[in-house]
Amino acid sequence: MSFLELVDLTKTYGDVAVVDGFNLSVEKGEFVSLLGPSGCGKTTTLQMIAGFVDATRGSISLGGRDITHAAPNTRGLGIVFQSYALFPHMTVWQNVSFGLEMRKLPVAERQQRVDAALGLVDLSPLAQRYPRELSGGQRQRVALARALVIEPPVLLLDEPLSNLDAKLREDMQFELRQIQRKVGTTTVMVTHDQTEALSISDRVVVMQRGRITQVDAPFALYEHPRTRFISHFVGKANLLPVAGSAGGLASIRPEKLRFVPRGAGQVDGEVQERFFLGSQWLYRVATPMGELVVVCPNDGTPALDEGSVSGVAWPADAMRPLAADANEADAGSPVRGAQA
Amino acid sequence: MTAAAARRPALIGAPIWLSLPALLLFTGMVIVPLLMTAVLSFNVYDHATGVKAGEFTLAHYAKVFTDSYYLGIFWHTFWVSGLTTLICVAVGAPEAYVLSRMGSPWRAIFLLVVLAPLLVSVVVRAFGWSMLLGREGLVNQLLQLVGIGGLKLLYSDAAIVIALVHVMLPFMVIPVWTSLQKLDPAVTQAALSLQASQATTLRRIVLPQILPGVLSGSLIVFGLSASAFAIPGLLGGRRLKVVATVVYDEYLHELNWPLGAAIALTLLATNLLVMLSYNRVVEGSYRKRMG
Repeated sequence: MSFLELVDLTKTYGDVAVVDGFNLSVEKGEFVSLLGPSGCGKTTTLQMIAGFVDATRGSISLGGRDITHAAPNTRGLGIVFQSYALFPHMTVWQNVSFGLEMRKLPVAERQQRVDAALGLVDLSPLAQRYPRELSGGQRQRVALARALVIEPPVLLLDEPLSNLDAKLREDMQFELRQIQRKVGTTTVMVTHDQTEALSISDRVVVMQRGRITQVDAPFALYEHPRTRFISHFVGKANLLPVAGSAGGLASIRPEKLRFVPRGAGQVDGEVQERFFLGSQWLYRVATPMGELVVVCPNDGTPALDEGSVSGVAWPADAMRPLAADANEADAGSPVRGAQA
Repeated sequence: MTAAAARRPALIGAPIWLSLPALLLFTGMVIVPLLMTAVLSFNVYDHATGVKAGEFTLAHYAKVFTDSYYLGIFWHTFWVSGLTTLICVAVGAPEAYVLSRMGSPWRAIFLLVVLAPLLVSVVVRAFGWSMLLGREGLVNQLLQLVGIGGLKLLYSDAAIVIALVHVMLPFMVIPVWTSLQKLDPAVTQAALSLQASQATTLRRIVLPQILPGVLSGSLIVFGLSASAFAIPGLLGGRRLKVVATVVYDEYLHELNWPLGAAIALTLLATNLLVMLSYNRVVEGSYRKRMG
C-alpha cells in the first residue's frame, strides 16, 4: 500500500461530476503534479485531500489511515495556497510559527524550527516584516516555510507559482524542487502550466473533465502522449493522419523535424512564417500533409527565409500514434496544426 | 494631441467647479446654521426679554460645565450610548459573521431582516417598543407566565438601550459585513490546515482582520446613540433625560435658546472627542500591523 492512496475519489455537484473515479497512489517522498486545463477538477481533488471539500464517493488514505472524512484541522497536511493566504496581521515569523503554536510546542523548539524553516527559504532577514511589506516571490516563500515547518506528511501546492512573473516563476520552480528534495516531503502540486509540471515532478497526472487521462513520468509523458488532447496540452505537437492507429492520428514533436534539401525528406513545404525564440527558431511550414510546426535550435547559422521551399524529414519512430480522446468533442481543436 | 491641448484651458479649476454645488449645499445647510448656533450659545439671555443679540457671555457654558444636573445628564447619555455600542458589537459582529457564512437564499433574506428596521420611521419603532415593554405589554405578559411579573421596563434605561440597539444594529452589521467580504477564504483554510480549531481561527485570524469594520461600526453607533432624540424621548419618559432631550426642553419649554445651543455644541464637541480618541487608540494598534 502506498503512502497516499486515492481510490475511486469522486465529487459531484448536482448531476455534474467534477472529479470522477480518481485513482492515484503516491509513494513516500514523491513529487506528483496534477496537470490540466481550468475546470478539469484538479483543484477539487486537492481540496478533497486537504479536507476542504467532502468527497461524494471513494476514499483517501494517508500512511494507512483513512482520512476521507476527517476534519481539515486533524489531517496535519502542509498547504500552500494560490493566493498564499498569509495571515496579514502577523509578521513573517508569527506566520511560520502559528502551526507550531497550535501544536503546543515549547517556545525554545518553536524558535529553533521557525528559524530553520526561514533559513531554508532564505528569508531569515525578513522575519519581522509583515506580509504586505514583501514581494510576491517572498510571500510565496513564507507560505512554503509555513507549510513545511510543521513537517507535514504531505505537502499540497495549489498553483503555487501562478501569481509570479515569468522569470521569478522559473527560478522558484527549481528552488521548490530543491527544497522538496532536501526535506523529502511527499508533495502533490496542482498546476495548469505544463512546463512547471514537467520540470519539477517525478510523475505527472494529466486530467481532463474530472478524469485522469494519463499518468507518467515527465519524459515518458512528453515522448508518448496517449491522446490528442495530451499531445497538444503537454508541449507542442504536429498532428498527422495515419492509418492503423485507433484515433486515426499520430503526433510528432516540432523539434523532431529537420529541414533537408528539397525532395530529400518525407515531404516538401514552404516556410510561411518564422519566429525567433532566442535559443530556437520556430517555423510554420505549409506542406501537402497540412501545416507543420518545425523547431530548430539556434546554432548561429542563418535561418530559412519566409517563402523558401525546403524538404522536411523526421525519424520514423518519432511519430507517435494516438488513442482516441475520451470525448472527441472535448478537444475542440483543429485536427492539424500545433497547439501551445 | 492638439485637440487635447485646445480643450485644456476649459479644464482649469474643474475640480472646484464640479464640487461647488455640494460645497454650497454643505455650507448653506451645515456650516452656516452651526456657526449661527455657536454665536447664539454666547448670547446673553434674559428671562423677561429673551435673547439679547450683540451682548455676549460665557455664562451658559459655565452652567453646563459646573451644574451637576447637566453633568449628570451628559454622563447618563454617554453611559447609555457606550452600553448600546458594546451590545451592538457583541450582537452585530457575530451576526455579520453568521450572515457571511450563510448559503445563497438565506443570506439575502436575513440581510433584509437586519436592514428592515431602517425602512420604518424611528418614531413608529419607538412606539412599537413602548407597546411591547409597557406594564401590560407583551414582554411583561410573557414574564408573568414564567413567574416574574410586573417589571418596570418602559421609561427605564433598559427600554432606551433595547430600542437603541434595535435601531443601531444595521450600522454595526453593515461595516463588519463589508470587512468580512474582503477576507480571503483561503486564509481561514490556511489556519485550519495548521491544526487551529474553528474557535481559534475565529479569534486569532478572522477577528483581527475585521477589526476596522467593528471600529467604524462602533463609531457610527456611538455617535448616533449619543445624539439620539426620539428613542430616549419616547421610551425614557419625562424623568429620564439625555442630552438631546434636554436641548429640546431648553429650546421649547424654557425658551432659553442660548443655553440649549451651548448644550448642543458641548455634546458635539465631547462626542467628537470621544470618537477621535477611541479611533486613535484602536486604529493606532491596528495600523502598526496592517498599514
